[in-house]
Amino acid sequence: MSEARHTAPLSVAVGAIGAIRSAIFPAVAIIFSGIGGSGRFLIGIGVGVASIVIGTLVSYIGWRRLTYTIGAQDIRVESGILSRSARSVPYERIQDVSLEAKLLPRLLGLAAVKFETGAGGGEDLSLQYLTAAEGERLRRLVRARRDEERAADSVSDEPGSAPEDADEGEVLFRLGPRRLLTFGLFEFSLAVFAVLGGILQYVDSLTNFEVWDFDLWRDLVETQGVDLVALDARLKVLGAVTGLFGLVLIGFGTGIVRTFARDWGFTLTRGPRGFRRLRGLFTRTDVVMPAHRVQALVIGTGLLRYRFGWHSLSFVSLAQDAGSASHVVAPFARMDEVAAIATSAGFHLPDARTHWQRASRRYLADRIIRDSAILLLAAIPAAIFAPPGVVLIPIGLAVLAAGVNLYSWEFRRHAVDDSQIFSSHGLLSPTSQTATRLKLHSVEIAQGPLARWRGYATVHLGLAGGEFAIRGVPLAEARALRAKVLATIAATDFSRLDQSAGQTLSDAQSGFSANFAAT
Amino acid sequence: MDQMIAPSPSGLPVDDEGELTRLHPNYTHALRVRTVLFAIPFLVAALVLEAISRDKALLPPGAIAGPVLLIALALVIRVPARRYNARGYQIAADRLRVVRGILWRSDTVVPFGRVQHIDVDQGPLERFFGIATMTLHTAGNHNASVSLPGLGEELARDMREEIRAHIRRESM
Repeated sequence: MSEARHTAPLSVAVGAIGAIRSAIFPAVAIIFSGIGGSGRFLIGIGVGVASIVIGTLVSYIGWRRLTYTIGAQDIRVESGILSRSARSVPYERIQDVSLEAKLLPRLLGLAAVKFETGAGGGEDLSLQYLTAAEGERLRRLVRARRDEERAADSVSDEPGSAPEDADEGEVLFRLGPRRLLTFGLFEFSLAVFAVLGGILQYVDSLTNFEVWDFDLWRDLVETQGVDLVALDARLKVLGAVTGLFGLVLIGFGTGIVRTFARDWGFTLTRGPRGFRRLRGLFTRTDVVMPAHRVQALVIGTGLLRYRFGWHSLSFVSLAQDAGSASHVVAPFARMDEVAAIATSAGFHLPDARTHWQRASRRYLADRIIRDSAILLLAAIPAAIFAPPGVVLIPIGLAVLAAGVNLYSWEFRRHAVDDSQIFSSHGLLSPTSQTATRLKLHSVEIAQGPLARWRGYATVHLGLAGGEFAIRGVPLAEARALRAKVLATIAATDFSRLDQSAGQTLSDAQSGFSANFAAT
Repeated sequence: MDQMIAPSPSGLPVDDEGELTRLHPNYTHALRVRTVLFAIPFLVAALVLEAISRDKALLPPGAIAGPVLLIALALVIRVPARRYNARGYQIAADRLRVVRGILWRSDTVVPFGRVQHIDVDQGPLERFFGIATMTLHTAGNHNASVSLPGLGEELARDMREEIRAHIRRESM
């Protein structure tokens, strides 16, 4: 068990294919550019072959030199071609093991195994690539080790759960193809044009073919025997309509394709180890999030999908998920599905009994004045210099800004109950956050000069893995809020947050009700 | 809900809006010296520009160096005193409150139970004036580190020990 092992030999093949992929562009570039005159074809091929050979060799030596050891207390990885580095991660520091299989490794039956330690800045331990079976075995092993350690100093939390079927939990949420299609329609995107433009620019710089040259295209059309002047206006309108229709079609198409690629087979299950999320068509990811590490919930929605009753749910946790701090656990769901997942994570959503507090009316007034004033200032030069009528544009926008602010004020509210704190805000559709009072780390009341004059404040709550700020709270209310939250936080030490959440929660609640009685 | 009194575990009432403890008076001096050091390059640059413009007789004498000197004097004399007055802290049985900011006020409370680790730092200037900066680190993204500058050297160490003792007691 404790001897040094190599990663899967097929990793070298992945590295080699990667080298081929990265060799193609420079080779093609040399062939099409002017370097080397007539011999440039050979030079291009030579450079390509050389970079493939070097890339493959580097990946082979890297594979030879990388070993990992599953020790009694830790996992050690030694690597490096010229300089050696050794990293050791003790089992109790490994928060979880996630498997990620991009398209190519997946075809070869490989997966990247990442040991999440909660260390910031991507300093996690990762092994590329192991066979999928070995990855799964490692994940079970790490969990078993960690549970042994936990069992040694406290009571075992899940008696009778065999480690073999530990992952086979209850399915909480699944995205079927039909739901995925609806989701894709809401993900309308014209990003493809930016990508196309980039590619054209690239082609442009490699060849002498001027993509943006209008004369060239006209010549091309006219040599086909079409006289542009002869095309009458009706045909032009038809062309514009067709173009617009095409644009809309491409936008929906992009949205659907991207959604299918990212969220194909989206499944969220809840097992004794926590939440497990599987998703992806080409890059299949398998992430496990222990329930006790969920710090807060974020429920988002979109301008349009909100009107159709669709919401998304993310967990804020310490582990990073592809660059963003929160894990999407339900990208496109009905509110009752969101509520079920939230309950499973130990949260409850605001209900009819939730006592919502609105933001200060002065805050609303100040925002309207601020946003409109900028636009009205822009109206002054427009009135003087621009042709008459143009001045109506900034004035109209100012009125619109005021309207949007008035409308979005509906969403700006917060509430505190026995164990949780809720906050919602948004421009035309609400984004709401829910955090456990117990899992907050500090409370700050911040005021700018304007806020001090007008008597409101921003309450910043220290949340691990995310931000939680409530803006425009009247000062007295902000202080009351801080007192309540602090009473809960101070009652429990950080080191006891994870182990006995249930017990401390009731402690905190009794503390709270004492507090409540005192006020 | 207009009483801001919350019970702490020790049973003593904690008033989060109570009187603030002021920092060590030397903090003002340290701030002044720091501002002077910051202002010197600007003053030198202003004098150089002044000399150049005098040669070419472009501007009346003192048009550049005068305003720069006035701003520097204001920054050195007025701002450190105001900043000193704006800052303060309040230490209770289980939490530390730090208040700062002249225009942008910020009033932060960190419960000792959420402190990850504690730093006490002294730069050369701070060492000369016998003061220190204490920094509390928390796991939250916002206020990941809350620093309290301008504490007396002894006081900063005592406070650190006190907070550390509290953390140890809690995690037993």
